[in-house]
Amino acid sequence: MRDTLYRLLNICRKELLVILKDPANRLVLVLPTIVQSLIFGYAATFDLRAVPYALLDQDGGQAATELIARVDGTGFFERVATLHSEAGFAPVIDTQRALMILHIGPRFEQRLRAGGPAPVQVIVDARNSNTAASAAAHFAGIVAAFNQDWLARHGAAGPALTIETRAWFNPNLETRWHMLTALIAGLSMIQTLLLTALSVAREREQGTFDQLLVTPYRPFEIMVGKALPSIFVGLVQASLILMVATLWFGIPLVGSLIALYAGLILFTTACVGIGLSISALSASMQQAMLYTFMLAMPFMLLSGLATPIKNMPEAMQWFTAANPLRYGIDIVQRIYLEGVGLGTLAGDIAALAVIAALTLPLAAWLFRHRLA
Amino acid sequence: MNAQAPALAARGVGKRFVDRQTRAAVVALDAVSFEAAHGELTALVGPDGAGKTTFLRLAAGLMGAEAGTLQVLGIDVARDPQAVQNRIGYMPQRFGLYEDLTVQENLDLYADLHGVPAATRRDRYARLMEMSALGPFTARLAGKLSGGMKQKLGLACTLVAEPELLLLDEPTVGVDPLSRHELWEILLGLVAERRTTVLVSTAYLDEAARCAQVVLLHQGRVLRQGTPQDIRSEAEGLSFTAVPATGDSVRRLQARLFDDPPTIDAVPRGGAVHLVRRDVRPDNPDAALQAVLAGARIEAVAPSLEDGFMVLLDAVVGGERTTAAPGVADLPAGSVSAAAEPPTVIEVRDVVRRFGDFTAVDRTTFSVRRGEIFGLLGPNGAGKTTTFRMLCGLLPASSGFLRVAGHDLRHARAQARGKIGYVSQKFALYASLTVDENLDFFGGAYGLRGTRLRMRREAVTTRFGLGERGATRAGELPGGYRQRLAMAAALLHEPEILFLDEPTSGADPPARREFWRHITTLAESGTTIVVTTHFMEEAEYCDRVLIQEAGRVLAVGTPLEIRRQAGERDGRPPDMEQAFTAIVAQARAAAGDRVAA
Amino acid sequence: MMRRVLALTRKEVHQLLRDRSNLMLGGVLPIILILIFGYGLSFDVRDAPVAVVMEDASPLAHEAIAGLTLSRYLAPMIVRDMPSAEALLHAREVDAILRVPADFSRRYAGGDAQLQVILHGVDVARARTIDSYLRAAVGQMALREADRAGALRGGAAAGGPVSIEQRMWFNAANTSTWFLVPGLIVLITTLVGAFLTALVMAREWERGTLEALFVTPVRPIEILVAKLLPYFAVAMLGLVLCLLAARGLFHVPIRGSLEVILLASVCYVFVSLAIGLLISAATKNQFLASQIALVVSFMPALMLSGFLFDLRNMPAAVSALGHVLPATHYLELLKSLFLAGNVWPMILRDTAILLLYALLLLALARSRTRKRLE
Repeated sequence: MRDTLYRLLNICRKELLVILKDPANRLVLVLPTIVQSLIFGYAATFDLRAVPYALLDQDGGQAATELIARVDGTGFFERVATLHSEAGFAPVIDTQRALMILHIGPRFEQRLRAGGPAPVQVIVDARNSNTAASAAAHFAGIVAAFNQDWLARHGAAGPALTIETRAWFNPNLETRWHMLTALIAGLSMIQTLLLTALSVAREREQGTFDQLLVTPYRPFEIMVGKALPSIFVGLVQASLILMVATLWFGIPLVGSLIALYAGLILFTTACVGIGLSISALSASMQQAMLYTFMLAMPFMLLSGLATPIKNMPEAMQWFTAANPLRYGIDIVQRIYLEGVGLGTLAGDIAALAVIAALTLPLAAWLFRHRLA
Repeated sequence: MNAQAPALAARGVGKRFVDRQTRAAVVALDAVSFEAAHGELTALVGPDGAGKTTFLRLAAGLMGAEAGTLQVLGIDVARDPQAVQNRIGYMPQRFGLYEDLTVQENLDLYADLHGVPAATRRDRYARLMEMSALGPFTARLAGKLSGGMKQKLGLACTLVAEPELLLLDEPTVGVDPLSRHELWEILLGLVAERRTTVLVSTAYLDEAARCAQVVLLHQGRVLRQGTPQDIRSEAEGLSFTAVPATGDSVRRLQARLFDDPPTIDAVPRGGAVHLVRRDVRPDNPDAALQAVLAGARIEAVAPSLEDGFMVLLDAVVGGERTTAAPGVADLPAGSVSAAAEPPTVIEVRDVVRRFGDFTAVDRTTFSVRRGEIFGLLGPNGAGKTTTFRMLCGLLPASSGFLRVAGHDLRHARAQARGKIGYVSQKFALYASLTVDENLDFFGGAYGLRGTRLRMRREAVTTRFGLGERGATRAGELPGGYRQRLAMAAALLHEPEILFLDEPTSGADPPARREFWRHITTLAESGTTIVVTTHFMEEAEYCDRVLIQEAGRVLAVGTPLEIRRQAGERDGRPPDMEQAFTAIVAQARAAAGDRVAA
Repeated sequence: MMRRVLALTRKEVHQLLRDRSNLMLGGVLPIILILIFGYGLSFDVRDAPVAVVMEDASPLAHEAIAGLTLSRYLAPMIVRDMPSAEALLHAREVDAILRVPADFSRRYAGGDAQLQVILHGVDVARARTIDSYLRAAVGQMALREADRAGALRGGAAAGGPVSIEQRMWFNAANTSTWFLVPGLIVLITTLVGAFLTALVMAREWERGTLEALFVTPVRPIEILVAKLLPYFAVAMLGLVLCLLAARGLFHVPIRGSLEVILLASVCYVFVSLAIGLLISAATKNQFLASQIALVVSFMPALMLSGFLFDLRNMPAAVSALGHVLPATHYLELLKSLFLAGNVWPMILRDTAILLLYALLLLALARSRTRKRLE
């Protein structure tokens, strides 16, 4: 027993040395992770700021001026052009100078005073559907407020109805919170997959695999020796992003760190199982890389990171059931932002355990049966 | 072009590299000057790290020299490398065949790149195919060819343009004697028929002996340039043959002679020891030498080129050996009982291995006794590697019985693996780890740890002269040291059986001698050695050899028995290489007859 | 010259066709991505579950939430009390809670009624969208009430005093597929261009196949051209697949001219290929090359090109970085060409930028590829 332990320790140590001794390797493991989490922390935002808009005010009355003042006053819309005719619409939108055009027609005030409805036309550049929806919603909010005040002032106020909104787990609705917590699982998955997928392929290409196979190590032990260090490196990667999230961006960690790491260990184990299976199936490093990539892309896209799984068609929802990242992101976000305990995450944990329990023996089996 | 002008002229060529680790400059070539005459074969010889490859790369315009000038076909390479590259053929040590292209596609590629017109192509292909015997395999992927065939295809690709000058960097490393012979026939034919100039670097001195000129490089300098005869004459009067007295063995005599300081070279050859001595006249031995000879009969013989080479090197190196003289103290335990017949440690019965419908090893039976040196010989693709991999437990047999170190390989592969050591053909340790880290890992893999591991590590590093290099990365070791490290790693756990797959492939003669001295010492102390080699003279170190061809066993026996099996020549058994060639050729002819019938 | 290029190209094509993994990346991955982007990814919220807690059971309160059931974006479910609603939110069974407080009717009469919305804030984009749908749904009640009030004063029809006539240009229904597809094209061309070429050249260095090749009449530019051609074809194959899928499967309009789309794509494919070649010339190592290709070409194309995240929302430095990327210009151009039409000032500017990048990077790749072993 103790001998086996020593031998396992020995092979893990070797694997870690091989991963970490190469300076280029070290750089590749650390630098991109930090740079990416920083850039994505800043870049990944759906929070609109300073939407450029163009104005065509054909009314010029007091009410129109007031509405425009409200639009300009939010700081959210930034007027980049004041137009004089509808002919100016196309150029200003086409060239993306303005994202939105506010068009107030000539009889706006007259209609408004007649009790409405007094339409204003809003044209939104919907080439980016997110931004378009977001800008339109903002404008609708401004008009709603204007309406309420107008009605109140003109004595026809219906009862005021306000909606008080609070957001749980992310009070200011910052995209960054969503993104970075998801990246803790996402980026470490890519690296873990790649590292394990390449580990056997590299030894095959360099001829060291045979040397390893003539030692008394059993395929199972070799697999453990490949798996543990990769899990460790995956955890280090996750920790790096975790540090960027907490220390640099100040996203508060609500849940328990221990629970978070417990979840991450299980998650990286499942990833390692997949990576090792790829590794055993690939004839060369190039194949290992390409296969990893072809798997990692759908994993990333269908993880719920970009869009909710519930929105996906049935067939794809089925595919996501085998996607470790789906569970990984769920575990990280719910522990990190929502502060739930592992007990609540039993479903995710069970799913990851099943993935690990299937892929690791599969990898071991493939090792043994592809020795020739 | 003036036929009198040299095809290649180097004047004071110097080249330095910067060591990545220490940032220190390493001199690869230092004021190298020599000329290679037009229409002749010139051989570039010298120990590992002498600068042979660097020189060829400079000549091919792949690197720039720091000092001196290098004129190739009358062109200054440094100034216009492309003009040179248009007219020469270059075969690097590791010819980068596109392994996922077929033989024909590889050939076509090089023919197109050199602009060989379609009209001349057919004749040329036909001739190249005939020369290289690759004709039946044109549709095969290059990656699926055996080592020797790959080399021949590489040469064919280099020759397809019929260049004026050929630069060949160790073209026959890892190639079996038959293919090597064929390859040289091609070269000699080219020089004779087309007056092609050839500059070839090689570790085989018998190849250099067939060249018009030999340039001996050592540590980046030209040690000597001359005809083979010039170099041979350096050993004039120093070469002898020693026939062991009855009761003594060739191997023991060779070992004793080799360890005796005034010996420059001692190798077993044809049932005797071929010997080059520095000062003492062995045919008139003093008391010290008499003790070493123990009654062996001494005769003066004509020196070979290798003898001259060894004498020249000896003059600079001074017979210094870099590895510790293997004493008996640090050898693995295991008493050699002279009385009883040693037990059988490897038993192979009716073993067959198939890959799909291809039978790589066919009903093979042999056994190896403890303490034997057992040689596996055979042309490239004969099934040696497959047999080897089955013995090491890397590959299961399709059928038959395999027992290694007392374990049936079907049931107890891991146990058997614990008792063997394995040195692969390609360097297969972790290049990014240091020498010590590699040794610690492999020690640990065999269950060594703590003091025991430290002691064993100490023992093997001392033995293989690796002591000062413990902190060097394996990948940055010079070639010879890598080989030693691989040996050290395989011997850490004192295996009962050591498997060596072409261990001396590409090594220079002094390195090969030292290597074999380690092997013979190990065998003396009871370790069983199974070795493959393409150097037929090395087969003479073996107790018994097996010759394989097309998966079948052609012959098993002592070197003498094998030589006798090949028939006598001039009333004497042929040397090992001739015997091997004859036996394989016979088998091939018989197989051809069978197919014809 | 032509003959050597042809020979090398033929070699490249043979190799490409023999390694399945290459073909999978070039042919199968685009199809998978098209399917994922077309069917799996959607930022459009449909039937978002919302827990509604009715602490006030009055008809007025029911009227307040009536708009929710009519909304095709929301799927309200009535929940007994706040704790069970919160439990649902915790379990993420619902995306939001709408609470109608017990004093709703009373305060409504007093003119300061309040509804409470609690959003699950982790998925920010979704939370915001749901918030706006909730507001719109609840707002209908206010409008109906206002209508009634207005009717009393004799006058207006439906809608508030100021109504919004909203027009989404280029994408009237504002479906996210329409804007994802151009982004997908950028991703695929980047991937095939940079990632595959970074690997193939590095592989030749690793396998030592270049040493013998160098000592032939072949020129470095010929080696590069021969690498470019087949992978250019693979990238264009991916592009054509995307274009077909865009039209056939997702009915994305192609309002600009197809010629311009192809021209811009050719420029961008060359940019990607050149980046790949540069990377592999610099590293000569497959693992490093793939990592660098990922970090400098693919990830930025995904994150910083304005594909997923609008550059306008980013801090100035990050946005500036995004504007330097060729992918950003290509994406901008594609989106306009697909959805808006031929916007010539933009076409001229962006294609000029892409062309410039292509020439610059190819020249750089050429100067970095030398027939030298040191």
